Amino acid sequence: MNLIVERENELLEFERRIAELKDHSRDQPVDLSHEIAALEAKYAQLLHEIFDRLSPWQRVHMSRHPKRPLGADYVAALDVFDELHGDRQFRDDPSIIGGFAKLGGRRIVTIAQEKGRDTKEKVRRNFGMPAPEGYRKVKRLIDLAAHLGLSIVTFVDTPGADPGIGSEERAQAEAIASCLYALAQAPVPIVSTIIGEGGSGGALALALADHVVMLEHSTYSVASPEGCAAILWGDASKAEEAAERLRLTSDDLRGFGIVDEVIAEPLGGAQRDPAATIRRVLDAAGRALDRLAAIPPRELRESRYAKYRRIGGWQDASRSMTESLS
Amino acid sequence: MPIPDWLRVRRSKNDSDVAHWEKCPKCGEVLYRKELAENLFVCPRCTYHFRMHAFDRVHMLVDGDFVELGTEIKPSDPLHWIDKRSYPEKLAGDRAKSSLSEGIVTGFGAIGGIEVALGVMDFSFRGGTMGTVVGERIALLFEAARDRAVPSVIFTASGGARMEEGMLALMQMAKTTLALERFREAGNYAITVLTDPTTGGVSASFAFQADVIIAEARAAIGFAGRRVIEQTIRQKLPENFQTAEFLLEKGAIDMVVARPELRDTLVRLLDYGVGARA
Repeated sequence: MNLIVERENELLEFERRIAELKDHSRDQPVDLSHEIAALEAKYAQLLHEIFDRLSPWQRVHMSRHPKRPLGADYVAALDVFDELHGDRQFRDDPSIIGGFAKLGGRRIVTIAQEKGRDTKEKVRRNFGMPAPEGYRKVKRLIDLAAHLGLSIVTFVDTPGADPGIGSEERAQAEAIASCLYALAQAPVPIVSTIIGEGGSGGALALALADHVVMLEHSTYSVASPEGCAAILWGDASKAEEAAERLRLTSDDLRGFGIVDEVIAEPLGGAQRDPAATIRRVLDAAGRALDRLAAIPPRELRESRYAKYRRIGGWQDASRSMTESLS
Repeated sequence: MPIPDWLRVRRSKNDSDVAHWEKCPKCGEVLYRKELAENLFVCPRCTYHFRMHAFDRVHMLVDGDFVELGTEIKPSDPLHWIDKRSYPEKLAGDRAKSSLSEGIVTGFGAIGGIEVALGVMDFSFRGGTMGTVVGERIALLFEAARDRAVPSVIFTASGGARMEEGMLALMQMAKTTLALERFREAGNYAITVLTDPTTGGVSASFAFQADVIIAEARAAIGFAGRRVIEQTIRQKLPENFQTAEFLLEKGAIDMVVARPELRDTLVRLLDYGVGARA
């Protein structure tokens, strides 16, 4: 059970009682306004209590909330979208949606990971876990954008790359490595948005970018908390502990310089106002594209290089202690 | 310290406090360590390839001197990670166990008279995982190799990205990719040798972006770990799944080479790149 949905049920109970009292006071000549006000105050208090300070583990659940806006919702909010299919080699992977689009009049190539909303869609989209053919579609679209001089906007939301037998047979590692290489090469602005789960290398394959935007309650992690706990401690049930340690929240990643911009979510999460959340993410992407469009391609690639070159956490023993500690 | 000195230190240590005998994990043959080393750590009975220490690899490959690079780059503890032990304690343990400062040795040397930028990962240090030191040393190696216009040869052995450095470790996939791309774009030649095991964030970045990809015989290579896949599909995987030979059959790599032929193969392959920037 999703931890956030559990807490939301408490809120729903309040919402139901408030609605009941309101109905009651309409039908009968009793003044219930005090009771209603009191309940509403309690409701607001609970709302803040639950959502003001989410733990990393709660954020993991928020990033997987069943009503959280998904990749396809963002793509649908673009002005125009012309979907392009397939990797030209094996099949069209439904966990990747991509093609030409317009964002506030700007011509772009967009690429999104899509988990699927209901059970049938989830199965068809493989829960947002792309297979190698999905990543090969991504690479094809990156190369297409580079060829036509179009900016790239990606929407990242995946538990990770598909770990199946077929994916290994078709060289999943090579497919992801090729996406990264194509993003390193592309002489066009690249904006990536982390809208839900940023699951490891399978997410990074769409997120080596000039500007990385992250929604407040999204997560982005070297491995899923369950995976990390299994790898380190042989026990996936210690996922909560792993989530605490991995530093996977938007605040952490902004602090590391891995994420460039964090977009606030409505109190209670993106699912409380999907349209406004999507709009804010798209506006942020648009602003970043305008800024990046003014940079000549050579300099753009230079600054992309410098950005990732800096990310680290090592000590340089050849420098003075004060320098390495600062 | 130059390699020959280092080896002397290590060998003398081996003589005094490390067992003289090793048992082959495959055929059970008990082998005299010195003879095993002379046989490039390949079991003379069943040709099982033991995992090799990074400096033994360097020694096996380079003609003479090896100038190490990036030794000033040392790990820190950016996440203040602690589980059963703290991350600095784990690192100290690995340093003592492996006689290495981190999971990769990088530097310059000649193989068959051709100068190369050489990187050798070592599984005995944190499972060869890529953290910020491994990423930084690889980036420095590609940058120096680009300046000198020499080819790169990287031996991979890695369980993937290092958990204890979190997202900073994952970002090394991006960093090494950018460094390799810039190196190749300048007209340089990159070779990777995948050794046992190569998985996760290393296989999904620089390892599979080279011009030529060799795998050592019977090495385990893949993206997801074998256990992860077995848990996902809830069935046992076939014996040869994710082996070098399996990848060759599927078309993912250029060739599988047994260790005794590896150096000569590299010399031949490197020779084709001699005119690359002429």
